[in-house]
Amino acid sequence: MVRFCSAARFAVALILLAAAGAATNARADMADIVEAVSPGGVPFWLVEEHSIPIVAVEIGFEGGVSVEPEGKEGVVNLLSGMLEEGAGDLDATGFARRRDELAARFGYSSGRDAFNVSAAMLTRNLDESVELLRLSLTEPRFDAAPLTRVKAQVVAGLKQRETDPGDVASDLWFANAFPGTPYGRNPDGTVESVSALTADDLRAVMPAALNPSAAFVGIVGDIDQEAAGAVVDRLLGDLPKSAAPALDVFELQAKGGVEVVRMEVPQSVAVFGHAGPLRADPDFIPAYVMNYTLGGGGFESRLTDEVREKEGLAYYVGSYLYPMDRAGLYFGQVASANDRIARSISLVRAEWARMAEEGVTPEELEAAKKYLTGAYALRFDSNAKIASALVGIQMEDLGVNYIRDRNSMVEAVTIEDVKRVAKRMLDADALHIVVVGDPEGLEAAN
Amino acid sequence: MIRFSFISLAAVIFAAAPASAEPKVTTFTLDNGMRGVVIEDHRAPVATHMVWYRVGAADEPPSETGVAHYLEHLLFKGTEKYPDGAFSRIVAENGGQQNAFTSDDYTAYFQRVAVDRLDLMMDLEADRMTGITLTDEDAATERDVVLEERNMRTENDPGSRFREQLTSSLFLNHPYGDPVIGWRSEILALGRENALSFYRRFYSPDNATLVVAGDVDPAEVEEMARRHYGPIPPSGAHPAERPQEPPHVAARRVEMEDPRVAQPYMMRFYLVPSVRSGADGEGATLSVLAQILGGGGVTSRLGERLQIEKEMALGASAFYWGVSRDDNIFGVYAAPVDGVGLAQIEAEVDAVLARLIEEGPTDDELARAKTVIIADEIYSQDSQSRMANSYGAGLSVGLTLEQIQGWEDAIDAVTAEEVRSAAEAYLRPERSTTGWLRKTDSEKAAKAAESGEEIKG
Repeated sequence: MVRFCSAARFAVALILLAAAGAATNARADMADIVEAVSPGGVPFWLVEEHSIPIVAVEIGFEGGVSVEPEGKEGVVNLLSGMLEEGAGDLDATGFARRRDELAARFGYSSGRDAFNVSAAMLTRNLDESVELLRLSLTEPRFDAAPLTRVKAQVVAGLKQRETDPGDVASDLWFANAFPGTPYGRNPDGTVESVSALTADDLRAVMPAALNPSAAFVGIVGDIDQEAAGAVVDRLLGDLPKSAAPALDVFELQAKGGVEVVRMEVPQSVAVFGHAGPLRADPDFIPAYVMNYTLGGGGFESRLTDEVREKEGLAYYVGSYLYPMDRAGLYFGQVASANDRIARSISLVRAEWARMAEEGVTPEELEAAKKYLTGAYALRFDSNAKIASALVGIQMEDLGVNYIRDRNSMVEAVTIEDVKRVAKRMLDADALHIVVVGDPEGLEAAN
Repeated sequence: MIRFSFISLAAVIFAAAPASAEPKVTTFTLDNGMRGVVIEDHRAPVATHMVWYRVGAADEPPSETGVAHYLEHLLFKGTEKYPDGAFSRIVAENGGQQNAFTSDDYTAYFQRVAVDRLDLMMDLEADRMTGITLTDEDAATERDVVLEERNMRTENDPGSRFREQLTSSLFLNHPYGDPVIGWRSEILALGRENALSFYRRFYSPDNATLVVAGDVDPAEVEEMARRHYGPIPPSGAHPAERPQEPPHVAARRVEMEDPRVAQPYMMRFYLVPSVRSGADGEGATLSVLAQILGGGGVTSRLGERLQIEKEMALGASAFYWGVSRDDNIFGVYAAPVDGVGLAQIEAEVDAVLARLIEEGPTDDELARAKTVIIADEIYSQDSQSRMANSYGAGLSVGLTLEQIQGWEDAIDAVTAEEVRSAAEAYLRPERSTTGWLRKTDSEKAAKAAESGEEIKG
């Protein structure tokens, strides 16, 4: 850590800071993110960082819930819980013991668009750790006892969601927005669908959920390119390849207005949103810059200033762009005591409308650019974060130069750009708002 | 988002410096008593700047619970030099991220920035160590924000309210029994004067530790600290010793029912020494005990017995909140599968504990627990803020630098017999409070309503 400075890590951070007008000592370039191909023909991105004896491996498989067959809702999420419950000759306990002995960390997660595998391994145990991870991806056992246990855990989680105001609000929002599609339900499935899932269902979905043709890999740490290529082949080489299906875009169905779900809690939670840009939208960066001022910039955002700082109505209020693969959203959340939530919502709507009409001031734009460009480097200060970013950038198809160029794109946004995207994207009347709690003054829904 | 009450949940382990790839740590003390720690991390030209005050919720005056956390919020309001929220604006305009958190033992403020902005961060942080100005209106608005924070964290969540009750009933006398965010009725009564009086009494360089982690030169950091923090006079007023626990002689029970509990569970807290308040090596022993008993999922004693063998539990774990000034909590937790009652699962937890106390851990278990804890130290080096947090928290609760840096050796030295005898000495019924959280029995509630009885829940 002290003796050795990773040129790559330096490169990423220095270039960003130089663009922000901060550090000026740029002495390496983006060649340090290596775009490589394994001997077996699998592309991957690599950053070497030898100062700590650990290696981070991140794999993103595109698909997520979209690969789930009808009636098997939640099977991909269940798969993420079952891969570490025994593989090859190792039962659930044997697998976990082996992982502990190697001090390796494996994470499996799934969402609307992807299935992710995140591993952190000690260099000295790398071979054996990779072998254990490979086993979990290629020869999971899905034994009856752990399957029963993990299903019960998922079901308990789903039942818990039904009592949490924020979860209920978010689930209903998506149900209203995308009825009859995989986006319209919680990615973990339903109590009924998960209860009915079997080991055969898990086996059947594996080729689609863990399709190496739809995989993106990032490796960061104490490893060279040759060894990294071998790791990639060992992890993905045995997985059956299939053509990744083309995925349509979903039309958002939610209409403007308020829907209230009564729950006896002291604080109401409101989630609000309407259609927003996809990541590939040429206006995405200008919209991102605009949202910093509207509700993305914490204390520097208009929503926080109006709702929290001036009136003390909420601990958290914010808005964000939510670009998924098959739909883009402009989304936000606020929570206030039942007798104050109506006021919070009216302030959110007013700020939404004001931004659509007026855009931002030159001072606000300048402040947004300074923060966004300056803080970008903070996303790249650990192996794990860099590995995850490498995969995210590949999945969004932004190109290997994105990290280098991203701050210039932010700098290039003009006040006219912001005005144009605000007018195009923001529509206070179109905000679909779901409120869960016992709110006062919100009876007149829609 | 910002400014949260901090109660460490993953406190089995605290990160310190592993011997395997030693991060370079330098310390200094200014003439006014402010201590400084510099952790070099030259991987990226960024720095984490933190100021830790050795004062937290356990140091609050009687009937003013929540004032330490409330004050933390108010430190963002403004000073004469940087009025009206300028602090947050300046940090943001410099591409910095910032936050603050309050615990029982400390209150900490931090920024993550490009390393050449460190001087500016020190200028800002030193200014608000003694310089905040507050209007009654700002104080009143922020109190409403804190109430909404309590609504979000606690009032809206039956599990949070249950754990608050459980904690409160474990401690007979020590203020760790009060929630960090404060009791609602007492938050309501807080105002500008409460906050300022706490501030004037405790916010001073001799009650603070500066932690800087990042791509920095220790000598330069010390010079910078001398310039910014050096001129602030010490207060000489240190937090008093807190009321301590009398001997615990009776096991206690807490039962709570709520209609919104979807998953019942049992949780038990034992009063145990912290890494600081315990004898040499005791904290390390309790950390290893927690790992063996319930740290490793299905490989732990609780996991293997309750989840795998008996198939009674959805989850089962143990934890140790060892980084604190005074004696704190060792906990066990189990959530039953459908059809298994809380009494049944509690009996099984007791059987696991009894066996561990009887036999102690196997050599294999001991070795695996140590491997996992020590590896965590290596992984933690990947995170600048985790490194800064471990030193900041450790020093703020009264650990020495040697204790923090010797953590791995202390873990390595733990023996099977030490683990067994710690379990025997501390996991005793009379040192504990056992809680059950379950869904309100709606039939019982309906009957009671008919007969006019009051239902608690």
